[in-house]
Amino acid sequence: MDMVVSVIAATLGAGTPLIFAALGELVAEKSGVLNLGVEGMMLVGAIVAFITMRSTGDLWLGVAVAGVAGALMALLFAFATLTLQANQVAAGLALAIFGAGVSAFIGKGFVGVTLENRADAGLSLPIDIPLLSPLLHSLHPLVYVSWLLFAGVSWFLFRSRAGLVLRAVGESPASAHAVGYPVIRIRYLATLFGGAMAGIGGAYLSLVYAPLWLEGMVAGRGWIALALVVFATWRPARVMLGAYLFGGITIVQYFAQSAGVAFATQFMSMLPYLATIVVLVVISRDVAMIRLNAPVSLGKPFHPGV
Amino acid sequence: MQLRLEPRALQSRAMRYASPLIAAALTLVMGFILFAALGKNPPAAFYAFFIAPINSVGGLAELFLKASPLVLIALGLAVGFRSNIWNIGAEGQLTLGAIAAGWVALDPAFADSPLLLAAMIVAGILGGMAWAAIPAFLRTRFNANEILVSLMLTYVAQLLVNWLVFGPWRDPQGFNTPQSALFADGALFPILIANTRLNASVLLTLAAVVVSWVFLEKSFLGYKTRVVGLSSAAARYAGFSEKRTVWVGMLAGGAAAGLAGVGEVAGPLGQLLPTISPGYGFTAIIVAFVGRLDPVGIVFAGLLMSLLYLGGDSAQISMGLPAAAAALFQGALLFFLLGADVLVNFRVRVIRAVPLDQPRAAL
Repeated sequence: MDMVVSVIAATLGAGTPLIFAALGELVAEKSGVLNLGVEGMMLVGAIVAFITMRSTGDLWLGVAVAGVAGALMALLFAFATLTLQANQVAAGLALAIFGAGVSAFIGKGFVGVTLENRADAGLSLPIDIPLLSPLLHSLHPLVYVSWLLFAGVSWFLFRSRAGLVLRAVGESPASAHAVGYPVIRIRYLATLFGGAMAGIGGAYLSLVYAPLWLEGMVAGRGWIALALVVFATWRPARVMLGAYLFGGITIVQYFAQSAGVAFATQFMSMLPYLATIVVLVVISRDVAMIRLNAPVSLGKPFHPGV
Repeated sequence: MQLRLEPRALQSRAMRYASPLIAAALTLVMGFILFAALGKNPPAAFYAFFIAPINSVGGLAELFLKASPLVLIALGLAVGFRSNIWNIGAEGQLTLGAIAAGWVALDPAFADSPLLLAAMIVAGILGGMAWAAIPAFLRTRFNANEILVSLMLTYVAQLLVNWLVFGPWRDPQGFNTPQSALFADGALFPILIANTRLNASVLLTLAAVVVSWVFLEKSFLGYKTRVVGLSSAAARYAGFSEKRTVWVGMLAGGAAAGLAGVGEVAGPLGQLLPTISPGYGFTAIIVAFVGRLDPVGIVFAGLLMSLLYLGGDSAQISMGLPAAAAALFQGALLFFLLGADVLVNFRVRVIRAVPLDQPRAAL
C-alpha cells in the first residue's frame, strides 16, 4: 500500500517540472513563438530559487524570484526575435547556451550544496480514504499549483476572449494585426509567461525534487518539455498526460534499483531520452495531424510593416 | 523621436560582416560591466582573460588545440545550418566518435598495427556519422524534429561513455578510477611543437577548412544545399531532394564531430574519460553562426571561442573569477550577434514627431 502511494507520488513529483515548463511553452507557441531556450530558462530559475531559498528559507519567495528570472531570460529572447526579428531557432539555441552559462556563473559557490529537508505537506483530508488521503498529503504544494496552472491555462486558451486573441495571433498574425490587435505585444506577453513558468519548473527541481544545486541539473528536461508540447499536439490535457508518463519513466530507475534489478544505472537513465525520441517519432509521423494542430505561424517572424 | 525598422530591399553585405564585430564589441562592454560589478579591476580582468593565456608559445599552442575541434565541428554543422537542418547534437556525435576510436585503440588485435591511428580516424568518423544518421533517418522517414532527437541522443551518448568507463572498459590498473587504459603511442596523434600539446589533428582541421570552402563555394551539391535552405519550394521545383539535403547536412556534422572526438581521445586526453568534451559540440554552434557559416569566418570565430575557454581558466586561476564566465560570454556573443543581424535585413529610421500646430518646414 505504502509502495503504491510512493510510486504515484514520485511519478507526479517527477512530472511536475515538465508541466510548468511545457504549459508555459505551450502558451508561447500558441501565440506563434517557438522558444527553444526552455532548458536555459529552467537552469536560471533553478539557481536563483536555490540561492533565494538558502538565504531566506522562504520557498514561495524562491519560486517567485525564479519566475521573474525566467521571464527576464525570455525577455532577452523576445527582444531579439520579436523586436530585432532574429531567427527564433537560432535565438532559442542561444538562450539555452546562455542560460547554462549564466546559471553556472551564478551558482559557482553552491555546487553540491543541499537544502535542509523541509516537510512541505500537501492537503490533509478531513476523512481518511485509503490511498487517496496519504497520497494527497504526501504531494508537495507545488504539485497542486501545477494543477491550478493546468486549469488556468486550459480556461484561458479555450474559454477566454484574451486566449482566443492569443490563438488568432498564432494562427494568422497578419489578420490579427489587420483587425487591430497588437501582435508583437501579445507575443511578448506569451513569451514572458513561458519564461516565468520555465523558471518555476527549474525552481521545483532545485528546491523540491533534488533539492540541491548542480551545474546542468535540469538535464534535458527543458528539451523534453519542448517535445511534450509536440506530443500533446498543443493541448494542455495531453501535456499533463505526457508529463506524468515521463515522470513515471524517470522514476522507474530508482524503483528498479531498490527492487534489485541488476541493470546498469546508465541504461536506466537513458530511458527518458529514448522515450522522448520514440514519442516524437510516433506523433510526428502523422504529418496531417501535426499540420492540423500546430499554430500556423509557429516560429515565423512577423513584422507589422510601416 | 522614435526609432523604426524598415525592411531593406536587399541584404546589406557590409552589415553581414560588421555585425559579428558589433556583437564582439557589445560582449566586451558586457564583460566590462560584469567585471566592475564583481569588484574586479576590468583592465586586469581583460588582461587575464584575453592576453595572459596566449602570451607564450605554450599558450598559443593551447589556443590552436582548443580551436581545432570547434572549427572542425562548426564546419560540419554549417553544411546543415545553411539549409536549415538543425543538428544540435554534435556533442553526442563527438562522444560516439571518441567511443568508436577508443574501441579500436583498446583492441589488442590492432595494438601494433602501423595503421592504428588511421583506423581510429575512420572508426571515429563512422561513429559520429552513425549517431547523426539516427536523427536524419527519423526526420526523413517519420518527420521527427531533428533538433530534439539529436539533442536527446547527446544525453544517451554521454551515459554510454559513462557506462563504458565505469564498466566494461575500465582500466584494470586504474585503482577503480572511471577511465579506460591509456592508449598506446601508436594510437596518439604526433605532437607538432615540442613541449606543447599541439598535435597533428589540427592539420586535419586545416584540410577540412579547405575542403568545405571548395564544397560550399564551388560544388553543385553545396549550391543545392543552399537553395533548399533559402526556399524549399524553389528547391523542390528545381528537382533538388530535400531528404538528401537532410542526410548530407546531418552526416557532414556527424562526421566532423566524430573526427573531433578522435582528436580529443587520441590527443590531449589519450584515453576515454567519463566526459570527453567541455561542451565543444555546443560551442561549435556559436562558432558556426559567429563565423557566418563561412569556412574562413569559422576559423576566426573558432579562435575567438577557444580564447574565451582559455581566458575563463586563466581568469579563474589569477582573479578568482568563475570559469563559467567563458560560457556566459560565448552565449552572450551569439545573442548579440543575432540581435545585431537586424541591421542586415533592416534599416533603422529615426522618426521625429512634428507638433501638430507647427507647419512642416518646406522641404
